[in-house]
Amino acid sequence: MDTINLSEKTDWEFIEQVQKESGQNISLCYQCGNCTAGCPYTNYFDYPVSMVMRLLQAGQKDIVLNSKAIWLCATCETCTTRCPCEIDVAHIMDTLRIIARRENRVSEKDIKLFYDSFLDSVKQFGRIYEMGTLLMYNLRSGHLFADADLGPKVLTKGKIHFFPKKIKGADKVAQIFERFQKRAKRHG
Amino acid sequence: MRVGVFICHCGNNIAGTVDVAKVAAETRKLPGVVYATNYMYTCSEPGQEEIKQAIQKENLDRVVVAACSPRMHENTFRKTVEKAGLNRYFFEMANIREHISWIGEDKELNTNKAIEAVKMAVAKVMNDKPLYSSSFKVNKRVMVIGGGVAGMQAALDCADGGLDVVLVEKSPSIGGMMARLDKTFPTIDCSICILGPKMVDVAQHEKIKLYAYSEIEEIKGYVGNYQVKIRKKATYVDWTKCTGCGACMEKCPTRNAYDHFNFGVAPTRAINIPFPQAIPKKAKIDPTFCRQFTKGKCGVCAKICPTGAINYEMEDEIVTEDIGAIVVATGYGLFDLDKFPEYGAGRYPDVITGIQYERILNASGPTSGHILRPSDQTEPKTVVFVSCAGSRDKSLGVPYCSNFCCMYIAKQAILTKDHVPDSQSYVFYMDIRSPGKGYDEFTRRAQEDYGVKYIRGRVSRIYPKGKKMVVRGADTLLGTQVEIEADLVVLATAVISAPGAANMAEKLHISYDTFGFYVESHPKLRPVETNTSGVFLAGACQGPKDIPASVGQGSAAASKVLSLFSKDMLESDPAIAQVNINACVGCLKCVKTCPFQAIKEEVLRSGKKVAKVIETVCAGCGVCTSTCPCGAIQLQHFTDNQLLAEVNAICQS
Repeated sequence: MDTINLSEKTDWEFIEQVQKESGQNISLCYQCGNCTAGCPYTNYFDYPVSMVMRLLQAGQKDIVLNSKAIWLCATCETCTTRCPCEIDVAHIMDTLRIIARRENRVSEKDIKLFYDSFLDSVKQFGRIYEMGTLLMYNLRSGHLFADADLGPKVLTKGKIHFFPKKIKGADKVAQIFERFQKRAKRHG
Repeated sequence: MRVGVFICHCGNNIAGTVDVAKVAAETRKLPGVVYATNYMYTCSEPGQEEIKQAIQKENLDRVVVAACSPRMHENTFRKTVEKAGLNRYFFEMANIREHISWIGEDKELNTNKAIEAVKMAVAKVMNDKPLYSSSFKVNKRVMVIGGGVAGMQAALDCADGGLDVVLVEKSPSIGGMMARLDKTFPTIDCSICILGPKMVDVAQHEKIKLYAYSEIEEIKGYVGNYQVKIRKKATYVDWTKCTGCGACMEKCPTRNAYDHFNFGVAPTRAINIPFPQAIPKKAKIDPTFCRQFTKGKCGVCAKICPTGAINYEMEDEIVTEDIGAIVVATGYGLFDLDKFPEYGAGRYPDVITGIQYERILNASGPTSGHILRPSDQTEPKTVVFVSCAGSRDKSLGVPYCSNFCCMYIAKQAILTKDHVPDSQSYVFYMDIRSPGKGYDEFTRRAQEDYGVKYIRGRVSRIYPKGKKMVVRGADTLLGTQVEIEADLVVLATAVISAPGAANMAEKLHISYDTFGFYVESHPKLRPVETNTSGVFLAGACQGPKDIPASVGQGSAAASKVLSLFSKDMLESDPAIAQVNINACVGCLKCVKTCPFQAIKEEVLRSGKKVAKVIETVCAGCGVCTSTCPCGAIQLQHFTDNQLLAEVNAICQS
């Protein structure tokens, strides 16, 4: 990492924004490392979660929002459970994804596509339609045959089905999405 | 009435945000005030001199000082006015610093508020009555509660100073936590070798009366005259006959009793002497395990005892001691393993606490000083220490640092290498806190000379894998997770207040913090005093602290007791409750509400039943005053009339 000029490159507004949107006080973190110690994905992260917290404290907006770590986080909440300072770390990671997405700087496009495919499926059917989600994700991401080898196994075991299942009140679920999108537009 | 008012600048503390000259000018307009001035530091010698001269020149008969909190300087100024010939209760203090200048930034608002505060104080002082303290005799015996190193030091210093000492210890032997330690940091000298002589001194000192295996039942009275009921718990062994030979312990068929002294590292017998150097070295039966008590038959120890000391019928005995002061040295407690589900919550025998490891290292411990891990009694080659197990963890309710764990971990790691030369120790730490003399050098020595690997990070999980314990944590300096296959894991569990600390505080009428540690009178200037006069603190009951600090406090508390007892008579505070027998209807509600049992029933010659305040016991808290339905009981210096005068002073302006 290059030398960071903290006088010039500390983005105080970003710190404020993350604190406000996540409802967490970042200054509570004393860098014990318990979040990293428990994180099941840390070996895939470019920055371990305790370092994400440190970069946040230092107001390093670009490094944090461009990191892969925030997208690879599985939201298992081990960090939140173990944090001695009672910081909801998983919530902060979630907030960072939302901000990154809003600013169109998604470092892991495929993961964002998967989220989109998942939510589209829920919007359309009121619940997850696994086969549809997978196909949609594979088409959008260009990995046409990703996980195709698993298909026969899960199909024969009845874990996923060819056709979507209908549930009562699917339209109500769709309304949730509409309401959210309307409100999002209103708030810009 | 001629009132003089002195307004203090307190440097910039008050004058910075209060227009003191204006306050003085406004004060001069008040009825009764004949003199008002402002001065840089009223508490300084020239400041006090100014008050004395004004009293002479202006013929003042009442004085108000507007300055800091009365907790700081009320006594200073009371003495000043007394020297100038006034009664010390013809003085009032208006707190314009803590209540005004320090908390508001608006100078105009502050100035107005300060004027109001002075008005109140003037109204009060004009209603003040002269009060005179009476003196009472002091019982020059001191009781020390807790026979750990702090309590022993206090007891020995008091006894050497010529006082009679009553030392009460909850467990069967004195020595406390220090008697359980193997070596002490940073000198690696044997703990019991330096504590043992002190323990013997306590036992042999003709001025110290020791109650071991006893607890405080009730405390009554006041400074100089306490009556304390002590419960001598039943040991089921007549200690006047027991010689401490240990034959009973050898023959006792119950081999699974919990060993309190060894923190359960290994089981003990139902009748036992806790450790070889125990004082008093007497046996005691644990009735929760003894077959005579659980099954109703056995009696082996009674048969074997050469002096016939065993008595299964023994009952608790209550004795009363009259004393004049109390030193509280009740020590601390430790977190249990069950607080850590991610570390196995006590399910894994090879995950132990620091104090348990201390017993394993100790030559008089269950393994005779050979490091053998609990599960299979083999020598561990890889030992992992986890610091801050519970400490600095808000989510577990312990936001504070436990003070001495960093140091004892370094010590235990060094000793591990000494005992098992081909072993490797690892320490997971957040920060190394080693501010004492020679302490940091000691932790460096562990790393430089003994090859202890310090890992900056936390442990998130410990789980068994074959005969090993896998310790997974983070190395935040490397930025990765790390894993160690350990033979033994030692957790430096958090220091908490002693079990029953809050209960004891209530018996003593002293305050304790959220965590159960006792609160000193002033964090810097009165570190061993409490807000209850005659009760002093020593050792870890006031907060986690190591041996040198505990010993220092023990001596400090003793010096406080000796200076208190240097006078034969003590002066009582006259600001106490007083009953107007004409107004009292004898409902005796005050008797029930008084937290100090300072009010009793009295029958007058006329046959009328009234309340009577025991002057020396009353602490002047005022609970009775607010309880009394007819205003018959009044707290002197804070009577209804005096307080209402203050209220009127601000409400009418």
